[in-house]
Amino acid sequence: MEEAVLNVPLEKEEYIINMGPQHPSTHGVLRLVVSLRGEMVLNVEPHIGYVHRGIEKMCESLTYSQIIHLTDRMDYLSAHINNEAVCLAVEKALGIEVSDRVKYIRTILSELTRIQSHQLFWATYGMDLGGLTCFFYGLRDRELVMDIFEETCGGRMIVSYNCPGGLMNDIHPNFQKRTKDFIKYFRKTLPEYDRLLTGNVIFQERVKGLGTINRDDAIAWGLTGPVGRASGFSCDIRKHNPYSAYNKVTFKEILYDEGDSFHRYKVRMDEMWESMNIIEQLIDNIPEGPYAEKMKPVIKLPEGEYWQSVETARGELGVFIVSDGNKNPVRVKFRSPNFVNLAPLNILAKGFKIADLVAINGSLDLVIPDIDR
Amino acid sequence: MEFSIYDLTSFTQWIDSSLRASISPGWAVAIEMIIIGLAILIFFALVGLFLVYAERKVCALMQNRLGPNRVGPAGMFQTVADLVKLLFVELVPIKNADKKLFNLAPFIVIIASIMAIGALPFAKGLHAIDLNIGVFYLMAVSSMGVIGVLLAGWSSNNKYSLIGAMRSGAQIVSYELSVGLALVTMVVLAGTMQLSEIIEAQRWGWFIFTGHIPAVIAFVIYIVAGTAETNRGPFDLAEAESELTAGYHTEYSGIKFALFFLAEYINMFIVAAIAATVFLGGWMPLHVYGWDGFNKVMDLIPPFFWFLGKSFGVVFIMMWLKWTFPRLRIDQLLTLEWKFLLPINIFNLLLMALLVLIGWHW
Amino acid sequence: MKSFIRYIKSIFDGLITLLKGLGVTGKYFFKPGTTWTQQYPNNRRELKMFDMFKGEVIMPHDEQNEHKCTGCGICEINCPNGSIEIISASITSEDGKKQRIIDKHIYHLGMCTFCGLCVKTCPSQALAFGQEFEHAVFDRTRLTKILNQPGSKLKKGVA
Repeated sequence: MEEAVLNVPLEKEEYIINMGPQHPSTHGVLRLVVSLRGEMVLNVEPHIGYVHRGIEKMCESLTYSQIIHLTDRMDYLSAHINNEAVCLAVEKALGIEVSDRVKYIRTILSELTRIQSHQLFWATYGMDLGGLTCFFYGLRDRELVMDIFEETCGGRMIVSYNCPGGLMNDIHPNFQKRTKDFIKYFRKTLPEYDRLLTGNVIFQERVKGLGTINRDDAIAWGLTGPVGRASGFSCDIRKHNPYSAYNKVTFKEILYDEGDSFHRYKVRMDEMWESMNIIEQLIDNIPEGPYAEKMKPVIKLPEGEYWQSVETARGELGVFIVSDGNKNPVRVKFRSPNFVNLAPLNILAKGFKIADLVAINGSLDLVIPDIDR
Repeated sequence: MEFSIYDLTSFTQWIDSSLRASISPGWAVAIEMIIIGLAILIFFALVGLFLVYAERKVCALMQNRLGPNRVGPAGMFQTVADLVKLLFVELVPIKNADKKLFNLAPFIVIIASIMAIGALPFAKGLHAIDLNIGVFYLMAVSSMGVIGVLLAGWSSNNKYSLIGAMRSGAQIVSYELSVGLALVTMVVLAGTMQLSEIIEAQRWGWFIFTGHIPAVIAFVIYIVAGTAETNRGPFDLAEAESELTAGYHTEYSGIKFALFFLAEYINMFIVAAIAATVFLGGWMPLHVYGWDGFNKVMDLIPPFFWFLGKSFGVVFIMMWLKWTFPRLRIDQLLTLEWKFLLPINIFNLLLMALLVLIGWHW
Repeated sequence: MKSFIRYIKSIFDGLITLLKGLGVTGKYFFKPGTTWTQQYPNNRRELKMFDMFKGEVIMPHDEQNEHKCTGCGICEINCPNGSIEIISASITSEDGKKQRIIDKHIYHLGMCTFCGLCVKTCPSQALAFGQEFEHAVFDRTRLTKILNQPGSKLKKGVA
């Protein structure tokens, strides 16, 4: 720890604390070297790379169907959306149009993924601030979404359900009924979350006004997802560049102006309502059709560079593929939303206390394996 | 000899007279002190064990899960198993810590708690020391616990422990004011500081009912300030696990950690017991003036169980508060005390004094 | 005066939100039958996974101990990290032609990422996902499994 900060001269009464890679509130293996004066934070320096597995390098020796299972493990709470990103890039490059059935199912599963990711955010945010029952309530409701995933796709968190051309297998006959039951249950339970945490005066005093970033700074830092939308930056890919079935549904893009931690939290809670509206518009109208297009056994993309961006639960995930005509890509680059969202942590937390640092870090909702890839 | 479970003075008198008859008075007093000390220690241990188990069960039921349910029937022996495990844990010595203070700190907290238990009225006749300044003594003695906390944080030679201990010290010292003023409000209503007199005055109605609005406000303030005093509930940033690992007792392991842990639960019980005595009538059953049949039924339950029931009810309310609310930050905590609780307390005291003067209670 | 009224109002508003929060947890405490805990090790007999659950890769054998694996090696080519090793042998069939059959289909459960490509790309649908999820062992060599059972042979009619 000393080696990183020895060349910075310490002010009077300043001391350095290491919120090390193993810490209950950094949501993964993130190391924050915090220099404090008393209780006030002067400087925060994140050290990343503890979960680096070389995913982008591994992709250079795999074929396009084999890349999918690696993207599951980047931002594991938006696993389905990550898979969809690579499949959409490959399909766009090959010029294949998938059937409407595939588009509808992909959209419904993406929105379910978004709901369960925000449920986990609520659970861990409450736990970080000290309300430990929030953790259990959030995870209890998330189990129902996990059951839907397990019945159709086979896995709870690591799904690997998409493949270039469509889906691995058709949905289970129970899928629609289970999803509709979940939506009915969750519409009744979500107001409980508001009564327990959002409206609570202790929570509001703890979180309002923390880590404010205004709209111009958010655009300059490139913050997307709920973090950007809480500052007023309209960046929802589902509205600006619709993909899959998003141009067939109507939903609101949640925008607030204040840009503090409380509104980042509010954006995610409101997004859960919007996701439920989207699912309700689609779930009864899934058209019949094939669940996958016929693809060649070995996929070769024509020479060139291809880009596809999708809206994960945390922001804009971009997939950039450079191909030279072979079955392995030359370079795959993932523009990860968490890497960009972590960057302004120093500016957001300057001048606040340690307890506020935990609250700000939680409101950014980072998933560290996505930063390190 | 006629022993009755409703009035244990005859039992204690019998012990006293038989001891004095056989041994010299000095020795009799010494043996009585030893008996009382042993009884308090056993009570301390049993209540501590029970409260740890109860907390785990209560919080589990609130969180849609079962608590401990494997060790013993319905998990009753879970705390015993934890205690045995803690006895086997290696006591890690700290290199540059002040060893004398490091080892002394847990005992100071325990001693403060035991001194407070000694003055609580458990039942008619089971009152170890009936001082005429009972309330004042209880407040003074529970304030001694903060020395243990500060010593623990300082002597651990650890930045995190020091931060936790300083926060905790500021918090306890501030909230003692609120606790004191709330209790003084009830002393104004009762007219005396002696605990047995206070209980006697509640024979025909507990103070929380006869004192109307000021008593209810004082009760709420006392509960809030009491949980802050014991570093529990929404005021537990001294041991905030998600921020600073374990705060002032980070460096303690094994049996010393068990002593801190136990002392926290006993302090919670003491706060609840004082609330039960001063607001809810101590060991007095619930009597309504004029309903004789109802009063006779209420009298059937022995006073010891009334006292325990009321104390555990207040303990349940404190646990409920802890498991629902997020934590307050240190400056919000102090704001709550100095800007909200203290003015309300002073206003409440004036209101209660007005009520007593007019005579709007019976 | 106005700030004084705001002060009193803030106290009452705060108290009401706190009581609402207490109501939520209190409801779950006092209402019976709201625990979601499954008594896991005791309910193993009734526990049934979903049909498509990806437990581990198995090669289904029917009652005559026959499977559908021809030893073509397509699953080995498609596996991203080499969890499958095919060892094939060559025998002469009745009409004198040299034919390749499967000798050992080695599956490294410790390395498998459960992507499903082997199951999907097998031309004779010889592999499937099993429902077993308790894979913890004390000895790492037990994680290397041979999927074709001893004494089994290829089903007739599979190319």
